[in-house]
Amino acid sequence: MPAPPEGRVPEILTGLSAGRAASTPLMGREAEPTVFELSSPGRRAFSFRDTGLPEWPAEELVPSEHLAADPPALPEVSERDLVAHVSRLTHRNYSVDHGAYPLGSCTMKYNPKLCDAVAALPGLTGCHPAQPAPQVQGWLALLYQLERALCAATGTAAATLQPAAGAAGELTGLLLMRAWHGAQGRSPTKVLIPDSAHGTNPASVTLAGYEAIEIPSDARGLIDLEALRQAVDADTAGLMLTNPNTLGLFETDIVAIARAVHDVDGLLYYDGANLNAILSQVRPGDMGFDIVHLNLHKTFATPHGGGGPGAGPVAVSERLAPFLPGPLPRPASEDPDRYQWMTPDRSIGRIHGWHGNAMVLARAYAYILANGGDGLRRVAECAVLNARYLKERLRGAYDFPYDDPCMHEFVASSARLRKEHGVKALDLAKRLIEEGFHPPTMYFPLIVDEALMVEPTETESPQTVEALAQALLLVAAEAEADGGAAARAAPRTTPVGRVDEAAAARRLRLVWSPEG
Amino acid sequence: MLGFLGLSSLDELFEHIPAAVRLAGELGLADGRSEADVLGDLSALAGRNRTTGAAGGLVCFAGGGAYEHDIPAAVPALAGRSEFLTSYTPYQPELSQGVLQALFEYQTMLCAVTGMDVANASLYDGASAAVEGLNLAAAATGRKLVWVSRGVRPAVRAVIATLCGPRLEVREAPLVDGMTAWPDDLDAPAAVLLSQPNHLGVLEDVAGAAERAHAAGALCVASVDPVAAGLLQPVGSAGADVAVGEGQALGVPLAFGGPYVGLFACQQAPFVRRWLPGRLVGETTDTEGRRAYVLTLSTREQHIRRAQASSNVCTNQTVVAITTALHMAWLGPAGLRELALRCARGARYAREALCRIPGVEPASPAATLYEFALRTPGPAEVVLERLAEAGFLGGLDLSDEYPELGETLLVTVTETRTRAEIDAFAAAFEKAVT
Repeated sequence: MPAPPEGRVPEILTGLSAGRAASTPLMGREAEPTVFELSSPGRRAFSFRDTGLPEWPAEELVPSEHLAADPPALPEVSERDLVAHVSRLTHRNYSVDHGAYPLGSCTMKYNPKLCDAVAALPGLTGCHPAQPAPQVQGWLALLYQLERALCAATGTAAATLQPAAGAAGELTGLLLMRAWHGAQGRSPTKVLIPDSAHGTNPASVTLAGYEAIEIPSDARGLIDLEALRQAVDADTAGLMLTNPNTLGLFETDIVAIARAVHDVDGLLYYDGANLNAILSQVRPGDMGFDIVHLNLHKTFATPHGGGGPGAGPVAVSERLAPFLPGPLPRPASEDPDRYQWMTPDRSIGRIHGWHGNAMVLARAYAYILANGGDGLRRVAECAVLNARYLKERLRGAYDFPYDDPCMHEFVASSARLRKEHGVKALDLAKRLIEEGFHPPTMYFPLIVDEALMVEPTETESPQTVEALAQALLLVAAEAEADGGAAARAAPRTTPVGRVDEAAAARRLRLVWSPEG
Repeated sequence: MLGFLGLSSLDELFEHIPAAVRLAGELGLADGRSEADVLGDLSALAGRNRTTGAAGGLVCFAGGGAYEHDIPAAVPALAGRSEFLTSYTPYQPELSQGVLQALFEYQTMLCAVTGMDVANASLYDGASAAVEGLNLAAAATGRKLVWVSRGVRPAVRAVIATLCGPRLEVREAPLVDGMTAWPDDLDAPAAVLLSQPNHLGVLEDVAGAAERAHAAGALCVASVDPVAAGLLQPVGSAGADVAVGEGQALGVPLAFGGPYVGLFACQQAPFVRRWLPGRLVGETTDTEGRRAYVLTLSTREQHIRRAQASSNVCTNQTVVAITTALHMAWLGPAGLRELALRCARGARYAREALCRIPGVEPASPAATLYEFALRTPGPAEVVLERLAEAGFLGGLDLSDEYPELGETLLVTVTETRTRAEIDAFAAAFEKAVT
């Protein structure tokens, strides 16, 4: 294992055995049958309460043309067997609770257990979303106070909490953009997006009825200001920008970028995927952004749930507030401690079937209260410190095609190892699993060859970050030494080895069937 | 770590950011607080809500898209496992077999419940599933007109108007006697969308809608209720091409409207490979031939297809989808049928009791399952207020959203309601309308 650079590493980082994030072998090496294969006719887990109601048969309650002959073919299992099955499945899954998860752009920070306790409060879980406002004053107050906190953190005037995820927030923001232009009597058709953007950005642009125009990055990995100036015109509805961008770099030309877009009456849209890096340091509103979406499941630590639920509130400047989706919780003018629903005059309409992912919102609010303004500043500082340290530790073993000081994440390239030894970023990522870490994001952004996008997050200790650095150095050094043999064979410690993704797409088995 | 970086303060980490945009002061948020203090504050806020279910809470007769059902203890205990809750999207299959297999089992169960061949790994909620169903139909047919039944929940129709409005022409088919009346000329649409049962609780003619849709070269998209599916003919066998819906009723608390889960399933068809929205889990093998699961057909998705994608959905509701699968497995076929049956029995009993009250009558003559709309002699809003004073969440006021029905309440009865509670509710109802 390569030693840290001599004389430059603080004492605290040398005793590392305690810092390793996860024990390498996951349990659950034994294949787990599907629940359908555990099924046995007539076996059951369910019970129902005594109601004292007449026991009319189904035939008397449902017209014959609607009544199914048989109920759906669900599995038949005992509760004990179900619990064992699912417990064994959990042993075949890595999670943030196990250890570090340096998945760039995804902000896989630790999710405080306090927020789980809040999400279990019966006073929150027991409310029907259609209850009249006077019955749910606690919820309206919570949502309003969260909105104020998000506006404070982003330098904006008002926000909708309805969007259920980041991409839903993007579409909401773009529809706000459209409504605002419409109200000015304009109908521009183009939205500009850097070539380093997340794929959701162009997809959302299309769904909002706009055309996506790609703006190239310059040699620094920042948006090419000259190209942007040439691209903007009267047909520009706005620019979607992630700042720090997906390379983990702060767009230092942001003031000029904002001016270029605003000069043609375009709006600036902030993709909040990387807001974690700048909390309490820079606010999107102060940079000139008009529309901001936040990923509460990233920045505000709500659990990712294996892919969701998230929450993607959209905050806007004063001039866009009249277009927000409704209803919004607002204090009554005669009594600020009493809340009511209000739909803005020129609202674009509903985005969610109810009030958004309310329990996710409650978790995020608990996280904000627990951290406070001082804690959120610390979040950004430690997120950037961890990333900056990790990047410098990897220098020499990996290349950094865009090498300006990184923020909360950085993109390393293993193109040299690919060229010299035929080892792919994918191989290195799989080998890292054997060292006890979830891999970084691979092959994104698209403008970097053999990209490994690393985001250690602020919740990992210096020991864990150093252990991660050593693991990344190890897999690179080993690939140099063995030509990538070990990496190509990895992972050998997981419940399954590399899976045949091509066969999955070709044969397409999306449901279990007894025929196999 | 700062020393290693040659820095002397944390502030230097941000010094390359232009001073003009740096935050000079503070965010204006209070300082951080202890866990106990935060839990105390939020418990106090929660205490300002009148809840359903719990001792002393409102006895719930409200539904309309969000339902109080008994949740088996095993379901939250398993769904809350941190291996599910705190993992990311399973992009690294070797580390994610647990979530992937759970989703594969969810997809299989959803197909059983809907009578479909293929299901995705979830969408945000019932409304987003409906939107994606219409988008899929538009992409698959190359058409821009969609028909939406007025029986679809009003908030879902509102979300469709917001999200499909910029690209599609959305027309509404009215209700006649509680059931959707499709116009004689559908005018070459991409889709017809209806809800089974509909927002008035009425059982719709899905087979008839599918026939009309197919004759016009359109897809039939049916919004389903997974509990009602315990008794009803699956929409897939009735001819629907796409099933969408809200999965909350299966194991998910009311939770003030979210997170819930959007159900999405469809028939095997050429459009699946190209246009099916959301993530899909497929079965395959690993290098040693062992059964393994993996996210598949990602070429449909926005991270590959970018501006050409027909959906922008990325994050979904995985852990909620797993919750519904756990509840379905706990119920099994007999349990799901029994659950639906018990809801229907309670509703029959309540409907008969309430309709004996002078001036109270069904809003339509059509057959219902476990929700039904009632005309009230006075303003429905006032009836609800009086019922709340008596300890009941009496239903949903439909008067604003369906003014053509007059003063109308949607009453819902699930398996959680006893005969004694329904009797007490009927007595309170009678007082409330007189």
